[in-house]
Amino acid sequence: MRPAPRALATAAAGLALLGSAGCAGRASAGHDLSVGVQMRFSKFEPSQLSVPAGRPVRFVVHNADFIDHEFIVGDETVQRRHETGTETKHDAVPTEVDVPAGTTVETVITFPRATTLSYVCHAPGHREYGMVGTLTVG
Amino acid sequence: MRRMLAATAAAITATVLSAAPALACGGLIGPNGAVNLTRTTTFAGYADGVEHYVTAFNFAGGTGKFGSITPLPGIPTKVERGGDWTLQRLVRETTPVLESFAAAASASAPTAAAAKDAEVLLEAKVDALDITILRGNGDEVGRWAKKNGFTLPPDSPEVLDFYAQRSPIFMAAAFDADRAKAGGQQVGDGTPLHLTIPTDQPWVPLRILGLGKKATEIVDADVYLLTARRPAMLPEPTASERGFGSGVGLRLAYDRPAGTELLRDLHEDKSGDWVPLDDMWLTKIQVNETAGALKYDLAIDPSGADKPSIADAGYTVNGLRPPLDDTALGKVAKVAPVTPVDGFDNLRARSTPLDSSPRDSGSRWVDIVAVAALAGLLLLGVTLALGRRRPS
Repeated sequence: MRPAPRALATAAAGLALLGSAGCAGRASAGHDLSVGVQMRFSKFEPSQLSVPAGRPVRFVVHNADFIDHEFIVGDETVQRRHETGTETKHDAVPTEVDVPAGTTVETVITFPRATTLSYVCHAPGHREYGMVGTLTVG
Repeated sequence: MRRMLAATAAAITATVLSAAPALACGGLIGPNGAVNLTRTTTFAGYADGVEHYVTAFNFAGGTGKFGSITPLPGIPTKVERGGDWTLQRLVRETTPVLESFAAAASASAPTAAAAKDAEVLLEAKVDALDITILRGNGDEVGRWAKKNGFTLPPDSPEVLDFYAQRSPIFMAAAFDADRAKAGGQQVGDGTPLHLTIPTDQPWVPLRILGLGKKATEIVDADVYLLTARRPAMLPEPTASERGFGSGVGLRLAYDRPAGTELLRDLHEDKSGDWVPLDDMWLTKIQVNETAGALKYDLAIDPSGADKPSIADAGYTVNGLRPPLDDTALGKVAKVAPVTPVDGFDNLRARSTPLDSSPRDSGSRWVDIVAVAALAGLLLLGVTLALGRRRPS
């Protein structure tokens, strides 16, 4: 499934669905679990998330910064590939999306099994600056 | 009121922003790695409520456009080419006397915002520099910079916000290396820039020096102050001749009356006629701090009242940002009785950088600062009652 960039009225809508703890999603109006993630000052909020395996999870990712960010979900192999990669756009798989400055992007991901992953922005210098989160799939 | 002049000069390492477009995937930083623009020394004079700010951009070769963003304490009314030797003369004045100065120094130790762009207040061309003075919050200035080809590092949203909350005025300088070459500039040539800025309280931006640097990278810079009196500063530089051993990344390297020969040389340089010819105090501070720790600016009180602003230094008290007119609060915080523990430096003991959690400082220091803040508010109230409140 391709991620569907969508301008939302506020980023808070996504965040409210999850709550500040960021530990569990809950059913939204549709059938997905929704999880809100905000990017501000080149950091993820929250920086730790837990989602269930085997169910579609809708990530509502808002970039409140004036610089572009990325939301790359995966294991260390995926993250290493992006850290040294040359892709200038990410729109082919739901686990890899661009989040342009000031926009909100939604992407739906189904994780098949329990595992621990990370979500990272690989724009130059951003990972080193601390733009990393931990995603627990349980 | 006696004429007061404060002059500051800072060797500000480049807040270098490549004008080349960023590549979105990791590990690819701007392609103009072989090209450098370094900003060396900045000098600003303060007389009768007007600050004269002089900086220089050195051409280090290469092609394309490069630039920097500098926070300013006020809106410039004039941007022009600076004098030819002022900055070099200051360096020459202070460099040869460092060794002999040591004894004297130790003896006198002292949500997504609305999508709107920044307002362009002034534009000027000086040699190969395109100067734009902007007014806006951090997001607005950042968006303007991005639209105008600046590649902004990941810390730029937080750093621009840090400054915009105190002063929404910024200078964007784009350096056109091709124009520099066409104009006959050689590698190493500098372009001095002189800004005339009405303001009532000078401060020197330090945190901006770490923009785009890794947290562990060292920021080296020199800050010059030329004041009618010996200035009070926050954070207070260490006067140790042994360097930065106390943990504060600022060292007092020169602290004595300015020589009449120096003042005459500065006065005679282009657009230097504002420099008084006598009775001035020259201070040099060396900055040596990791970018990760350089979360503060240098607040200066050149009035003789010994009340540098804690807000102008970029600090919070108990996690709260003090009002901009906080000179009394700053004074009390500065003299709060602190006892260094575990090699902890007084700077961090007194206050907390704007973007840090108050938990970072430890409860002991939070308590000390809380007492200082209460005393400061009382003192501020007395000051207000006496009708002697300084303009913000």
